[in-house]
Amino acid sequence: MNVIETNNLTKTYNDSEVEVHAVQGIDLKIEEGEFTAIVGPSGCGKTTFLNMVGGLDQPTSGTVRVGDTYVNELKSSELIDFRLHNIGFVFQAYNLIPVLTARENVEFIMQLQGKDKKEREQRASNLLTEVGLGDRINSRPSRLSGGQQQRVAVARALASKPKFVLADEPTANLDSKSTETLLDMMEKLNKEENITFIFSTHDMRVVNKARRVIKLEDGKIISDERKS
Amino acid sequence: MILSVSWRNVWRSKTRSLVILFAIALGIFTGVFNYSFYNGMALQRIDSAISTEASHIQLHRKGYLENPEEKAFIKDAEQIALAIESEDSVKATCYRFIVQGMIQSPTTSTGVKVLGVNPEKEQNITNLHDKIIDGAYFEGISRNPVVIGKKLAEKLKLKVRSKLVISFADASGYISGASFRIAGIYETSNNVYDNSTVFVRTEDLNQLYGADIKAGHEVAVLLSHSDYVPIKQHELKAQYVDLDVKEWRELLPQVSMLESSLDISMYIFMIIILLALIFGIINTMLMAVLERTKELGMLMSIGMNKAKVFKMIMVETVFLSLIGGLVGIAMGIAVTLIFANSGIDISSVSEGFGAMGYDSIIYPVLLVKNVVDVVVMVFITGILAAIYPAIKALKLNPAEALRMNM
Repeated sequence: MNVIETNNLTKTYNDSEVEVHAVQGIDLKIEEGEFTAIVGPSGCGKTTFLNMVGGLDQPTSGTVRVGDTYVNELKSSELIDFRLHNIGFVFQAYNLIPVLTARENVEFIMQLQGKDKKEREQRASNLLTEVGLGDRINSRPSRLSGGQQQRVAVARALASKPKFVLADEPTANLDSKSTETLLDMMEKLNKEENITFIFSTHDMRVVNKARRVIKLEDGKIISDERKS
Repeated sequence: MILSVSWRNVWRSKTRSLVILFAIALGIFTGVFNYSFYNGMALQRIDSAISTEASHIQLHRKGYLENPEEKAFIKDAEQIALAIESEDSVKATCYRFIVQGMIQSPTTSTGVKVLGVNPEKEQNITNLHDKIIDGAYFEGISRNPVVIGKKLAEKLKLKVRSKLVISFADASGYISGASFRIAGIYETSNNVYDNSTVFVRTEDLNQLYGADIKAGHEVAVLLSHSDYVPIKQHELKAQYVDLDVKEWRELLPQVSMLESSLDISMYIFMIIILLALIFGIINTMLMAVLERTKELGMLMSIGMNKAKVFKMIMVETVFLSLIGGLVGIAMGIAVTLIFANSGIDISSVSEGFGAMGYDSIIYPVLLVKNVVDVVVMVFITGILAAIYPAIKALKLNPAEALRMNM
């Protein structure tokens, strides 16, 4: 079953004097439970593509369908609500709220969803334990390493029970050991809980773990490989 | 959790927050203490005007206040005073015979207002007897005693027991006069009053004027509480339709104006302070929003809607304003309490104030109502100051905000 389907997805920036064709007519289907890496050199359109799939950017033309919803047709306020309930985000710079503890960071998104306190606390503790931070739930981000912060970010992304997780360069700021730990943890969640992960990356360690690798160049798909 | 995040965000940049908090606290303290100082000053002036000059209510012949002619006296003033004194909510009454005359000493002379009073009754109404600084209140002199103000005594170069002559036009229109001897010298906070008002006994003055001892130009009424003034005035107007019944606010409009303009002055002063502070708060919050562009982008990306982002910035700004405001109010209350008993001596500049009837020692007074008003004003300031930074935050595009390198 397709979780995401894009049709002739195009994004052109007209901000400068020269038009920039960031994404040019991408047709793509991603199924539930995939562990997919979108790779390519800087400026190839990875992040722009992910932003349109995640409803953070509007396409110039084409469609993005998530489940039964055409994301490109949603209004701004509907998009916010859609993201809250359907998509988990993991960012390159972790982007945790520095004044909150690890558990509070994970709980925050559930509070935005209106979940009650008991449920929030229970799920946040479980998720943090699952990502190997059961003993650091009351630590603030400044007391955690980069790898630990990114694991909190993954727990936060999963807290809202999303249809899929978009991870934009999640390992770019991590050392080898942290990268390995993070990828093993995400692969485990993918295999055991059938969570769909889509990465944008040019990190070969991520590419090696991915079961599907989509290569972009100049905003177009130049290859789409599935590993057995 | 938004409240908790907002609260913690206030302390995220401690130095910056403390600087603006100090500015808010200092501004509010200045406003609060300024108000308590002027409030104390005004209340003392009003109290002095009632207890020394006007009492709560006065009755006169119609037209007397506009044209105070000696012949416009009330024949049965004593009877009216006694009748009113027996009524509910009336603490005391007295009647006075008033003439405009000349007072002469061996060295100089000047125009004065001469009040013929019953010393015993008068001390139930005014605090003249408490204001005697030399000699005694109508004591020690058996024949024609007079009590005069300190300023006037200095001007006439007279002391206690000195002789002086008071002359005025009597009932027949002829100049009449007599020699009086100073029994006491008084001093109030009102230099003008002290310089122009002398007190003699009704029996002496009325006899010289040629009027019955029971006649007087005004009947003064002191009530058990100033709140009763409107009701009692209304009742007395109905009872004495031939007389002018006026309350102290009508008798001393310049003092009444103090009462009515005090709150307005305080609000204007406070609004000016808050307007100055609002720019500092906006600047602080704009910096906070700018520094957190990426974080706000993240929050909007994961699904925090605009209303919640707006609320978070709003609550943070209100917290910042209220903390500073409450510290400033607390400082204002503390300093007011410190000086409420000891008073603030402004004698070095009190010559000018004395001419306007103000005391040289001011006892600051702060009312609960005004404290509540300041808290509300600070709260509103916080909300107003939050609007622009919050709108700035709302205008962020999540995708662009996430790309920013802060």
